[in-house]
Amino acid sequence: MSNSPGDLAIEVVDLKKHYNGRTAVDGLSLSVHKGEVFGLLGPNGAGKTTTVEILEGYRRADAGSVAVLGEDPSGNNAWLRSQVGVMLQDGGLYPGAKPLEILKLFAAFYDNPRDPLELLDLVGLSDSSTTMVRRLSGGQAQRLSLAVALVGRPQVLFLDEPTGGMDPRARAITWQLVRDLADSGVAVLLTTHQMDEAEHLCDRVGIIDHGKIVAEGTPTDVTSAGGDGTIRFITAAPVDLAALSSALGLPPDAVWEERPGHYALPGPATPNLLADLTAWLRDEEITLAELRTVRATLEEVFLRLTEESRA
Amino acid sequence: MNARAVVAQTRLELSMTLRRGESLLVTLVVPIGILIFFSKVDAVQLTRGSALNFLVPGVLSLAVMSSAMVSLGIATGFERRYGVLKRLGSTPLGRSGLLTAKTLNILALEIFQFLLIVVASITLGWKPTIGLVAAIGLLFIGTIAFAGIGMLMAGTLRAEANLAAANGLFLVFLFLGGMAYPLERLPTALESIARLLPAAALSECVRGVLEPAGSIPTRELVVLLVWAVGAPLLAAKKFRWEE
Repeated sequence: MSNSPGDLAIEVVDLKKHYNGRTAVDGLSLSVHKGEVFGLLGPNGAGKTTTVEILEGYRRADAGSVAVLGEDPSGNNAWLRSQVGVMLQDGGLYPGAKPLEILKLFAAFYDNPRDPLELLDLVGLSDSSTTMVRRLSGGQAQRLSLAVALVGRPQVLFLDEPTGGMDPRARAITWQLVRDLADSGVAVLLTTHQMDEAEHLCDRVGIIDHGKIVAEGTPTDVTSAGGDGTIRFITAAPVDLAALSSALGLPPDAVWEERPGHYALPGPATPNLLADLTAWLRDEEITLAELRTVRATLEEVFLRLTEESRA
Repeated sequence: MNARAVVAQTRLELSMTLRRGESLLVTLVVPIGILIFFSKVDAVQLTRGSALNFLVPGVLSLAVMSSAMVSLGIATGFERRYGVLKRLGSTPLGRSGLLTAKTLNILALEIFQFLLIVVASITLGWKPTIGLVAAIGLLFIGTIAFAGIGMLMAGTLRAEANLAAANGLFLVFLFLGGMAYPLERLPTALESIARLLPAAALSECVRGVLEPAGSIPTRELVVLLVWAVGAPLLAAKKFRWEE
């Protein structure tokens, strides 16, 4: 992870896009620097793919400005296309062709391509280089799609749900590959549903909902801004929820039972609150089996933010 | 345009075309089969001239239709379905490079078909005329018309519907195209419709220039040109790169 971000590679300002009167992207702004992995998180239909496809040049923005390497992607810009690697959410490969054949084809499109055989090895497809694409598993096809995106040595990489159908090992290979590319200066914009992918791979994430960014920053920033730290504890004996809540000076339903014997109360987990809790348990002669203060996970923040805007 | 990219794309398109059995069936086996069958079996029942003189122009036109409309259209429809067109659109090859490669692929296939049909016809006893040179020009115009129809369907219909439509239209044009038997055999009403279609227009024009005193029938040439301008324009307007 680099602390000094490189030059701006992708810049989106107040982007808007409508389809037949339905708003897909509603004033979205984001920027991605060279050497950075930016993750767009959001529920289905939030506008992730639309945003990425506008940046890839497949669709035109209705309003706002979009620049990739300082250029407008919507025009017929052959130079920009030579600097950008694209991995579509699915498809994009000839079902009746073989992986090596496809990689050699795409290699011929670029001035200084990577070696197709090395790339196949890199994504773990050496053994399937002559298998028809239609016979590859979903995860294998995705890895081929990733290799195709990399063959032209792009400066900017767009990955739309890159690891959706991959098994854990393929996912780990992919994460490492993407991380290495970013460390070598490539700007990566990816979309994902997977919170662990966002937390492990992305330097910064943007949570997108209803076509807007509702939270943005490093995964740590986003989680600490979104969660004050829930207190979770497990006891040997049942707890009277209403009595505990009132003893802590909280509303009667503040403390809740997540499952039998497992309790949670909202933070912030101040020393006083913890002292009051343990004091009450001492008075009730209830033994603690476990006591934890937990920072909210990205998933909790994600669910809360995308839930809020639906309310 | 990036020449190296276009060459690579053309090579792949050609090898994919040769790999598809159904494509070889419709572009090579069917035309040659019709040529041999109808020249040996007297089903044509011409009132004048030899069966081969009637069949050769028809089969040359049929070959162009099978490549430019059926083979190109069906392949493009499935490439659209599988996102291949979309993906290639974001490479330095670009959409114009892709269209150039597809054109070169069809032309290469047609040159092979042309040579095969001419050699087979001569073997069967056909006497080529100087009109063959003019016929090449007409077949080129026919290619534009049929490619326009094929791409219009490929770019607007779902892949399966496009598959059915291209094959269905191939049969209709074969029956109404004056290719295997004369148009005059059709009921009058059907014949008038047939004469407005590109298949009959092309085969009648080619038949005209291949006659000893070669001439192009004006009405048929106009019909052919209208299709050659209208179909590609409509295809360019209606074509959607994603299904």
